[in-house]
Amino acid sequence: MINEFDTIAAIATAVSNAGIGIIRISGDDSLRIISEIFEPYNKNIRADELESHRVYYGNIKDGEEIIDECIVIVMKGPHSYTKEDVVEIDCHGGVSVVYRVLNLVISRGARPADPGEFTKRAFLNGRIDLSQAEAVMELIDSKNELARRNSVAQLKGNLSEKIKKIREEVLYQIAYIESALDDPEHISLDGYPQHLSGLVDKWIDITQKMLSSYDDGRYISEGIRTCIVGKPNAGKSSFLNALLGEERAIVTEVAGTTRDTLEESVTIDGITLNMIDTAGIHDTEDRVEKIGVEKARKEIENADIILFLADSSIPLEKEDFDILEEIKDRKKIVLLNKSDTDAEFDDTPLREYLNEEDPIISISAKYNEGIDDFIIELKNLMFHGRIDTNNEMYITNARHKKALDDAVESFQCAKTSIEDGMPEDFFTIDLMNSYEKLGLIVGESVEEDLINEIFSRFCTGK
Amino acid sequence: MKTVEEYYDIIVVGAGHAGCEAALAAARLGCETIIFTVSMNSVALMPCNPNIGGSSKGHLVREIDALGGEMGKNIDKTYIQSKMLNKSKGPAVHSLRAQADKDAYSMMMRYTMQNTDHLTLRQAEVTELIVEEGEIRGVKTFSGAIYHAKTVVLATGTYLKARCLYGEVVNYTGPNGLQAANYLSKSLEDNGIELYRFKTGTPARIDKRSVDFSVMEEQFGDEKIVPFSFTNKEEDIKREQISCWLTYTNEETHKIIRDNLDRSPLYSGMIEGTGPRYCPSIEDKVVRFADKNRHQLFIEPEGEYTNEMYVGGMSSSLPEDVQYAMYRTVKGLENVKIIRNAYAIEYDCINPNQLKLSLEFKKISGLFSGGQFNGSSGYEEAAAQGLIAGINAAMKCQGREPLILDRSQAYIGVLIDDLVTKENHEPYRMMTSRAEYRLLLRQDNADMRLTEIGYEIGLIDKDRYDALCVKREQIEKEIQRLKDTNIGANKKVQELLSANGSTPLKSASSLAELVKRPELNYEILEPIDPERKPLDEAVIEQVNINLKYEGYISRQMKQVEQFKKMENKLIPDNIVYEEVHNLRKEAIQKLNDVHPHSIGQASRISGVSPSDISVLLIYIEQMRYRNK
Repeated sequence: MINEFDTIAAIATAVSNAGIGIIRISGDDSLRIISEIFEPYNKNIRADELESHRVYYGNIKDGEEIIDECIVIVMKGPHSYTKEDVVEIDCHGGVSVVYRVLNLVISRGARPADPGEFTKRAFLNGRIDLSQAEAVMELIDSKNELARRNSVAQLKGNLSEKIKKIREEVLYQIAYIESALDDPEHISLDGYPQHLSGLVDKWIDITQKMLSSYDDGRYISEGIRTCIVGKPNAGKSSFLNALLGEERAIVTEVAGTTRDTLEESVTIDGITLNMIDTAGIHDTEDRVEKIGVEKARKEIENADIILFLADSSIPLEKEDFDILEEIKDRKKIVLLNKSDTDAEFDDTPLREYLNEEDPIISISAKYNEGIDDFIIELKNLMFHGRIDTNNEMYITNARHKKALDDAVESFQCAKTSIEDGMPEDFFTIDLMNSYEKLGLIVGESVEEDLINEIFSRFCTGK
Repeated sequence: MKTVEEYYDIIVVGAGHAGCEAALAAARLGCETIIFTVSMNSVALMPCNPNIGGSSKGHLVREIDALGGEMGKNIDKTYIQSKMLNKSKGPAVHSLRAQADKDAYSMMMRYTMQNTDHLTLRQAEVTELIVEEGEIRGVKTFSGAIYHAKTVVLATGTYLKARCLYGEVVNYTGPNGLQAANYLSKSLEDNGIELYRFKTGTPARIDKRSVDFSVMEEQFGDEKIVPFSFTNKEEDIKREQISCWLTYTNEETHKIIRDNLDRSPLYSGMIEGTGPRYCPSIEDKVVRFADKNRHQLFIEPEGEYTNEMYVGGMSSSLPEDVQYAMYRTVKGLENVKIIRNAYAIEYDCINPNQLKLSLEFKKISGLFSGGQFNGSSGYEEAAAQGLIAGINAAMKCQGREPLILDRSQAYIGVLIDDLVTKENHEPYRMMTSRAEYRLLLRQDNADMRLTEIGYEIGLIDKDRYDALCVKREQIEKEIQRLKDTNIGANKKVQELLSANGSTPLKSASSLAELVKRPELNYEILEPIDPERKPLDEAVIEQVNINLKYEGYISRQMKQVEQFKKMENKLIPDNIVYEEVHNLRKEAIQKLNDVHPHSIGQASRISGVSPSDISVLLIYIEQMRYRNK
């Protein structure tokens, strides 16, 4: 019979031939299992008397056969990630060795862990609350340094603390209204709606700030979906190459979702751009091309920002204006690719298609000029110049966003009730809603299917 | 020795407000029922305040009526003043309260009981439960007589080992000097029932002729009377009303109380029982609200043919001499004569966590209980539980499912769920704040919520049920008609709007949209609604409320949906909480005490945290998975 609370084991690192592989074991049998399969090099140390939070060096043995030399760390509960007895085995070997060690551990009584099960136990054992658990998941997924720092902040409970504070305040006001309803002789509500109105404004402000950080947070954790558009010869690929060729750029290949778009992920100064080079948008009768154009339109629709590239050595043509028309209302940066000639470029017709905040940057893809300007403008545009994860924290999770959205909506309903001069007992309906919704983020309100949903999204070994 | 031995379906112990409802429900459902009282003079006695209803309690009475109980009908027959409270607030907190003629109330209830088929009234003190193999078999009385029954309802109120106190004076009696029941407690404990000791109190009764009403504010009843019972219309019960009077305590009153606190049995430690925080004695108020320089007092008649008046807001257990001194500091009471002293009463009751939501004891099958015996306070709370206990005792006799109302259906559901689930260390009083979904649980729609249930049980007759169906249909149709009827911005409409301080229309609008405007209502729109057919006032009231608060009502219904999801996650009966790893020790203990039937109920147990609930959810999910 499968017991949810028996001893579990899994490979905690990415399975590859490179470097070290870590096997993590958690549960009551962890210490027994390690004592059966581990032989410390130091003959004075007994494998069944390993001390907590110390590093041991030795061999993992299956009977008399040495499988690998490794480092073993024992973390006795409750001072471990799961609050249970945890053992980590750091193996040297490649894939096959790591699997052999795992199989050995399982043969001695552990069970392969489900995805997220270590974190689920940490949650169930009261080690972390829900928003912290979700931060762990994002930590695993985090794409870059900025995202990593934000995850760490959430893990410490920044988000929980902020939300808990608002909840406390909301609950106090609900209780106040309720007690006034029950004891009107001793508790007066004269002038109370005005007082409450100020508080609701404040709560809306705070929750909305958290919400507006959602997009920022998503840009940080998932990268900015960046779509490059322009005529075929405008210099898209040379710009892309110039960007990728930057010394400080870290380039990752991303499997493109379509054949007609090329995706590449580049991280510069902590910001990740998921670059999508589209096939271009133009009128065509060609059936195959038509499909490509449709796909390009979709990519543009889904992009967070659009880079419009034009060749400034020649005047803009109908095709340029067609594209501009298409992206008129979107967040965009215009990149004027200077050719070697110093031809004059008239950007007046271009301006008509731009919003006030859309920057125009001159670049030379060939000589890597203007890349710095581009990065600066990009940061301004996407993070309103406030990118800083040292103190701020970002909502990066869709579930949190939904709960916050709902909370804000209910606060606004309460606000409307106050403005409409409704009797005080109506205020509590919406305030209670906000209170419950905020509780979902920190695990203080429970919805029936929440837990499984969250932990099933983890990867094995966490 | 020969003893009397009789056989019944149901025995009810105690004929207070809980016992009366229980016995009437049981007998009306066709069960042979006997009800015991220590004194025929204490049937439906009102030993404290001379009114029925009030904030949230009025809701309970209307719900009792909607289910087919007696309290609403009885007060409609015997009220001397009626008032809808909180009318400046939303409809959810409007509450009906009626001043009662106490003697008439008791007498009328006794008369109804005496003329109910299958019901026997008996004056005798029940001293012992007969329990075999965890099942109730009957009771024994003081004389040794044995009464057999399939189910028993305990509704002993404040009579168990009761003692009344003021100052150093102790009387070992029930309320009003009536005989206490001193033997049953031991039998309860012998059967493993855990008892608490609670206390409550009542103010002095004073002689009307010694009161100077000219310096008090007269409190009139409403001109438009709303009956408690949905079966009555205003014209059926309209009568000339008798006023109450408002006056206040003052600094001098408070000084006398403070100077004599050490002589109050409450503070000297003589009283062991826990009192109600929400119905405090004047000593409590003076201590707790030290910054208040006065407290309201309502001087209320005890009936039509008596000079006794009740000093509402000034219950006390201070010594007799202090009582005289403090009452006489009050404006208008300078020369007051006391007829009955204020006193505190202490009594045995149970920890209601021992009950199921059906009000049956978890450990003794067939034994039910209701009223102050369950740790509540108030006539209405008692009657509500009595009704449910009586219904479920009958359901058990007839092999039918028990009636359990949940928190989204009725205040009665909130009351019983709170008692059974939560920790309760003082007499429990109903309050509007206890009901999460109170916009749906209004006093005006109790019939819409519950009368169908009463009909299915068998306490509501076909005629009344048919009338409800008609009413429901009329409401729905009228709301739909108002939504479908568009009116143009013509002169007549604009004039009507501006005459009522409402913004003129810019374009056509539905009548429903106009009803929603705060300054308008259904009645006002009559001149511009020629299609309208005459409708009952009660129907119009529902149309108004349902339209005006549509947005709030639908938001509250969403909350109820969420609530129901958790209520419908049932906890298997065979769960062993000790085996649920990761549950905290405190949670295991509390869950074992209460044995909640659903995750929803578990989440309301004090001492069970959200993460415990998460653990339970996962465990139950796993149990379900394994049993597949």
